[in-house]
Amino acid sequence: MSIQHYQSIFGNAATEVRQFNTLFVIFLVVCAVMYVAVIAFLIAGIARRRRAAEANTVEEGRHHESDPAMRTGLIAWGAVVGTGLVALAIASFVADRSMANAAAHEKLSITVTGNQWWWDVQYNAADNSKMVRTANELHLPVGVPVRIMLKSNDVIHSFWVPSLAGKQDLIPGRDTDITITPQKVGIYRGQCAEYCGAEHAKMALVVDVDSYPDFIKWWQHQLQTAPKPTTPLALAGYNYVTSRNCSACHAIAGTPASATVGPDLTHLASRRTLAASMPMSEGNLYGWVADPQSIKPGTKMPTIGLEPNELHAVVAYLETLK
Amino acid sequence: MSSRFRASLALLAVATLALAACDREERHSRAKPMGETVPAGTSPDTIWPGGTVPQTLDPRAKLYDNNAPAISQGQSLYSQMNCGGCHSHGGGGMGPALMDDEWRYGGRIDQIATSIAEGRPNGMPSWRSKLTEDQIWQLAAYVRSMSGQPSKDAVNSRADAMSATAPQTLTPRETVQTSDTAEQ
Repeated sequence: MSIQHYQSIFGNAATEVRQFNTLFVIFLVVCAVMYVAVIAFLIAGIARRRRAAEANTVEEGRHHESDPAMRTGLIAWGAVVGTGLVALAIASFVADRSMANAAAHEKLSITVTGNQWWWDVQYNAADNSKMVRTANELHLPVGVPVRIMLKSNDVIHSFWVPSLAGKQDLIPGRDTDITITPQKVGIYRGQCAEYCGAEHAKMALVVDVDSYPDFIKWWQHQLQTAPKPTTPLALAGYNYVTSRNCSACHAIAGTPASATVGPDLTHLASRRTLAASMPMSEGNLYGWVADPQSIKPGTKMPTIGLEPNELHAVVAYLETLK
Repeated sequence: MSSRFRASLALLAVATLALAACDREERHSRAKPMGETVPAGTSPDTIWPGGTVPQTLDPRAKLYDNNAPAISQGQSLYSQMNCGGCHSHGGGGMGPALMDDEWRYGGRIDQIATSIAEGRPNGMPSWRSKLTEDQIWQLAAYVRSMSGQPSKDAVNSRADAMSATAPQTLTPRETVQTSDTAEQ
């Protein structure tokens, strides 16, 4: 899989961002032409004024007489400005309509809820047993218009995956949405684009655009419940996670842990990132479980102060959650 | 130096001193010191026979009581841990009201923290193994704010969610009393 244009507005990896880029180029060209013309007229004007001053036009009382060439020039200039503005308005209208049109043809609906400081992702389906809940990671099928409903649980966040689409705010108490039609298979990075508190910088999102069969395979895998722990260490971790602090906030499908305050951990170890900021690895998992408050000070996950044997067990169990 | 200059200098000095007094309470992202937990079964008893001297206040109380970040964290924990399921927004339901003046097990912050950690008869579960000591104290700080105990500059002027109750800055301060002294 390619990670080109991992996080770039020129990635052109979705219909929406292509439309934005086309619009950007049109605006750039029209405005550049206007700018060059204005500067040219300014220079011409200065030169002309010098010539006119030498000819003593004012003293001879001829300053009110209009110059036919100048009059024609001004009318033409007005026409150019008018045409340019109309062109910009039409281009903007067309891009806006085409995006609204894509929203009307959604094939997949995902609800993304912003929290301090992580993304709660839920794949909506008419059939409840087909719903998938994950965190900080979006999987999208290529070529399918996906409507992402955006909500916030606390403060204003902003959903921004530069390679795929523009920004859209997540506002508490109000539902917003954005439609994305990915066009290139790849991995893209998104970020919260509205300052939302101490750990705003550590609120990233990975978007994995898959081929349709890969996406369906991923969805089927996500629907599975967590495997039963097989080793004694993982079993000890399972017992800790499901009966102690962890289960007060986290859910793991197929276990008694079913709280919705924190991210769903059912397939934690299969995700690319941990805590919306770090690559998923055993070391990072140890660090995060041992002391989240020194990695992301202020995060809602408390430093529990696990005993070393509990820490080993919990991490061993979390690593089985593929 | 003119008297006017001296006066402005004095004013500046006073203003600088006043600024030094603008000392917001410290926000700590984890319990201090770490790992200070009361072993199960040996936490201080919070009910004592009438007439005896109340126990001294737990030293941790000053880290949380009247502390704006702690009250605010407690407020979000209150909804996340579904305290409202029994206590509603403080008015009580299946569980007792938290915004009135009556405290069956004491209304001091350490007593409330003990009630949360240990659980109480007739339905209050023990949160000792579900929440950290830090979180329990934050919750206790918020619970105390429901009956207007902290000063008004420490509490939130708006609730996290839409609510029909008045903002906490307008909550009247109830006199804390235990059940046997409260009017039945």
